[in-house]
Amino acid sequence: MAYSQSVGNTRYSFPTLKSLLAKASPPRAGDRLAGVAAATAEENVAAKLALADVPLSGILAEPLIPYEDDAVTRLIIDSHDARAFEQISSMTVGEFREFLLSHDTDAKVLTGLAQAITPEMAAAVCKLMRNQDLILAARKCHVTTAFRNTIGLPGTMAVRLQPNHPTDDVAGIVASIADGLMYGCGDAVIGINPATDQPARIEELLRLLDNFIQRYATPTQGCVLCHVSTTLDLMAAGIPVDLVFQSIGGTEATNRSFGSTLDMLREASDAAQSLKRGTIGQNVMYFETGQGSALSADAHFGIDQQTCEARAYAVARAFDPLLVNSVVGFIGPEYLYDGKEILRAALEDHFCGKLMGLPMGIDVCYTNHAEADQDDMDVVLAALAASGVTYIMGVPGADDVMLGYQSTSFHDAMFVREAFGLGRAPEFEKWLAEMRITDPSGRLLPPAGGHRLIEDAIPVGAP
Amino acid sequence: MTGAPRDPWARLGTWTPARIALGRAGASLPTHEVLSFALAHARARDAVHACLDLAALASDLKLLGLTSVEASSMARDRVTYLRRPDLGRQLDHASQDRLTVHRGDGCDLVVLIGDGLSATAVAANAVPLMSALLPLLRKLELKLGAVVIAQNARVALGDAVGVSLGARLVAVLIGERPGLSAADSLSVYLTYAPRAGRTDAERNCISNIRADGLTPEAAAINLSWLISAAMEMKLTGVILKDRSVAVRATSEHLAGQGK
Repeated sequence: MAYSQSVGNTRYSFPTLKSLLAKASPPRAGDRLAGVAAATAEENVAAKLALADVPLSGILAEPLIPYEDDAVTRLIIDSHDARAFEQISSMTVGEFREFLLSHDTDAKVLTGLAQAITPEMAAAVCKLMRNQDLILAARKCHVTTAFRNTIGLPGTMAVRLQPNHPTDDVAGIVASIADGLMYGCGDAVIGINPATDQPARIEELLRLLDNFIQRYATPTQGCVLCHVSTTLDLMAAGIPVDLVFQSIGGTEATNRSFGSTLDMLREASDAAQSLKRGTIGQNVMYFETGQGSALSADAHFGIDQQTCEARAYAVARAFDPLLVNSVVGFIGPEYLYDGKEILRAALEDHFCGKLMGLPMGIDVCYTNHAEADQDDMDVVLAALAASGVTYIMGVPGADDVMLGYQSTSFHDAMFVREAFGLGRAPEFEKWLAEMRITDPSGRLLPPAGGHRLIEDAIPVGAP
Repeated sequence: MTGAPRDPWARLGTWTPARIALGRAGASLPTHEVLSFALAHARARDAVHACLDLAALASDLKLLGLTSVEASSMARDRVTYLRRPDLGRQLDHASQDRLTVHRGDGCDLVVLIGDGLSATAVAANAVPLMSALLPLLRKLELKLGAVVIAQNARVALGDAVGVSLGARLVAVLIGERPGLSAADSLSVYLTYAPRAGRTDAERNCISNIRADGLTPEAAAINLSWLISAAMEMKLTGVILKDRSVAVRATSEHLAGQGK
């Protein structure tokens, strides 16, 4: 359906909902690269004005990709909670923004609505919200998940310990794991990005994580972030797998470019569930997403990158994941050019994920060809902590020596805990105190030599 | 200054280049670590924005007995280059005309040296690599076209260059995205039958070429093996597995893997 808006003497027309959403999106490199962005600043605001008057029921009625052509669209429509939607069906997008910000709309209301909110509704209202709106609305959403600990409780923020090594060297990975745990990180997951996808190497890393977690009875979970097909084969071979990882996108074609389908994800989720390795919960999936992946795979169908990203969350929530994070600044400046665009995208992704009921974390990160630095990341991190982000990454010194980008560090996690008074997953917090890593208040004890984790991390036979 | 000490487990750094055991000032990093990170990032940023000195490169190549031709992509400046990868993959019209003059009857191999994301890497490693490669190429008895040197180049610019010069094979020497530990890594992408629309899966890549990584001399051995195999098999890409002893060549990305 066509939309239009008059501003002064100019009448702006938007032939489809897709083009209206794209032109209403806050400016970013990827939408300009795709040729879908507003041509002028005024057109951008005109699109927002028009979008504010679109009813949510109208968004539901106009799929961005035809139902027959795209499995993600079918998933969105088939899983929509029509009953819960009745509460908001008469609202326009502009009214929906005010509803989300209203004091009467609390965590309980938002939890009840999550399955009624399609990605396109989340994306649409997101485009009308300022950064501070995204923070306030997101922090009202509470999403709790569990495997060997409880993630997402109010007043907590978890950290994924990311101990990558350029050649997957076991001693090197263990050194980073020990360092991270000594800094109180690792409650979200100990998650290794492998340098290769060779099954034998993945198996070695999975066994390493399993042994490590068992040895210290650490209430956390391990994951090697390889392709879902590799994890499926390894599970079939009886290799210990806690969480199944996969990168996902917001269109069927994007997922195909990742070599994955909804059926494969279902099969892997079922297989991991059947292993029953979670002690207090059975959320077994870990997904990564990121604005720009659909455009990068030439699979965006003219949909703006933020809306594509929200559609990936519809894929994620179909599998009740333990963890979902957008890798917000990883993809490069042709999609998110500078610190301002990365900040905006981080808040959007966190908000849309939470609104749709996901345990949303963010990899607060950048590459060296983006116009961004550590100061920009400090602002993104603080804004996300204020938003109630479920988890962040913990990379030694913020420098990922395998993937070649900068993420957040163990020190950054300490900064957030100090500045915002946030704790860890309670089971993990208790373990850290028992291991004499933290004091009863959760603050790190002064670093001492001879800790068991450190002594054990030195390879056998090393001088 | 003395400052906060490293953590007592600094010894674990023996087994990883990761920044571990950094120590702390309260919840924060010691001053030395803040500044050491800032220096590494500054070098990487300078490498991204450095301008490739085409004249110096041309004169060094001449000393090796190589004729070079300058070219530009459609990306006019660094900002455009970073925002518009599509423009960095296309030759501008003047360059196309200039290359056509050099086409002749075509050739077996064209080398494109482009700045990519690190002109620093090209300045440091392109000439040593070419110097080590030339004797190996002579043994293969290939018809070598003019060396093209280009600013604001992406890997796929090689496809346009290869077409303009009628080359069976194009080797693109290009600066990698700088990391914090190394801002001067060069990569080579080899593509058989270059043409518009080739994907990364149809290329072979040798990466991390620098003095402290894969040395230009070792990379040259690797590359000449790949060139010879590509000419024989009439293809490049994931099907062509590098079996040379020197080092591995990998295709860039494993689909769907983390990050």
